[in-house]
Amino acid sequence: MNIFDILGPVMVGPSSSHTAGATRIGLTARKLLAEKPVKANIFLHGSFAATGVGHGTDKALVAGILGMQPDDMRIPHSFDVAKEEGLAFSIQNKDLKEAHPNTALIEMEGENGRTLKIQASSLGGGRIMINKIDDIDVNFSGEYNTLIIHNVDQPGHVAEVTSLLAHKGVNIANMHLYRDRRGGYACMVIEIDQQMPQSALDWLKRVEGIIKVTYFNREVA
Amino acid sequence: MSYHAIKEWIAMSEEKNIPLWEVVLQDDMAERDVSREESIQEMENIWKAMLLSAEQYDGSLRSNSGLVGTDGKKLEEYGKKGDTLCGDFINKVMTQAVQVSESNACMKRIVAAPTAGSCGIMPAVFVTLLKENKATEKQIIEALYIASGIGKVVAERASIAGASGGCQAEVGTASAMTAGGLAAIKGGTPKQVGDAAAIALKNLLGLACDPVAGLVEVPCVKRNVIGAVNAVAAADMVLAGIESVIPPDDVIDAMGQIGREMSYKIKETAMGGLAATPTGQAIAERVLQK
Repeated sequence: MNIFDILGPVMVGPSSSHTAGATRIGLTARKLLAEKPVKANIFLHGSFAATGVGHGTDKALVAGILGMQPDDMRIPHSFDVAKEEGLAFSIQNKDLKEAHPNTALIEMEGENGRTLKIQASSLGGGRIMINKIDDIDVNFSGEYNTLIIHNVDQPGHVAEVTSLLAHKGVNIANMHLYRDRRGGYACMVIEIDQQMPQSALDWLKRVEGIIKVTYFNREVA
Repeated sequence: MSYHAIKEWIAMSEEKNIPLWEVVLQDDMAERDVSREESIQEMENIWKAMLLSAEQYDGSLRSNSGLVGTDGKKLEEYGKKGDTLCGDFINKVMTQAVQVSESNACMKRIVAAPTAGSCGIMPAVFVTLLKENKATEKQIIEALYIASGIGKVVAERASIAGASGGCQAEVGTASAMTAGGLAAIKGGTPKQVGDAAAIALKNLLGLACDPVAGLVEVPCVKRNVIGAVNAVAAADMVLAGIESVIPPDDVIDAMGQIGREMSYKIKETAMGGLAATPTGQAIAERVLQK
């Protein structure tokens, strides 16, 4: 923990978990979609559902999806900004079983038709965790550049991806593998120390057996 | 090497023969791999944001729930009459604390210090010191390093989150951080800085986090006033030569222990304390239906 986790973040109030964290969840979702979102269905769970409106959680999530940072003064007016920028959205409460009390589920669609479903929780002090992408566990914080690959659960895909990373000089900080069932739908979550070159992402997307490639670049707004 | 106790921090300052704030600065340079200039620049950005958080107050605004707003203006006008019980300086500290906290509730931009719920305490004291010409900006930047050094030890040994430690972890920590920074500005020794933090935190031990309707409004805004005034009083006590009988690290550990022993009902769940009173419940019902 560094001193600017203690003194900071600079943020729009009133709550680091329910407002700043919610903005960060929306922003991370936008980055993961990797194109301009045109539609977002937002579901609030637990404390987000119970006290979200009073904390501006709904506005903060929409603000993040629109690309705003937690200190953006437009957060309280994000619903108006959404209208201007052509983002259609809906917000409802939903009980997400066994989720952290401060959790949101976002279903998004981008201008080129890409869709993404993200479940994320706000852990306090503005820190967040992306729990699921397209219903598969991922559990990453967004503190690193993160590569999320959905593939068919068959031998060789981890080797293909990690060799590519080695070839590009990209170091792996953390790596997790998930699957829904043997031979079914699998997911690699790889947190990396460097940037993933676009050419490498494009290459991965063409590999047989790889269903979807999602990249979270922490540095790009 | 970093410190994990106020005692270690003071020892490092004596060993290296550098001021307390410098230890925190060097630690930040190592921790985040930044230059001296970069670290100071970041702290100056935090300070600028704090100044802005104090300046932006709009006395006509109310929060979404309607529970808070406009009280900062009342305190300010009351102070102008020149006949307050607390005197001019404390009135200004109280006013600033309410104004920043109300701005937070009204979705304005603030600095979480250490949290959004306790964001009024540090600006209440440090912005007022600057405005009253009682400290220079350079002294305040150094005090912010000291405050964050204290906050870091509290975060490591206990907690700075209401959900795990109650309000003592938020308002208590902010008050301790501020008291230490204040003692340093007024020329206190490293021991006095630690003791000021210890006294401020001791005075708020056991404080429940019991927000009505779960919102950072009632009783949070007024508790920021108490955190700020308590910090000034603690600093004045040590500067008068009073010592903390229980050393700072023990007090911090006690706060952590009390936090663990507290019922979940008074740790930000809005199930106990003021939130569970008939009035608190009635307000919650009204607000949540909105």
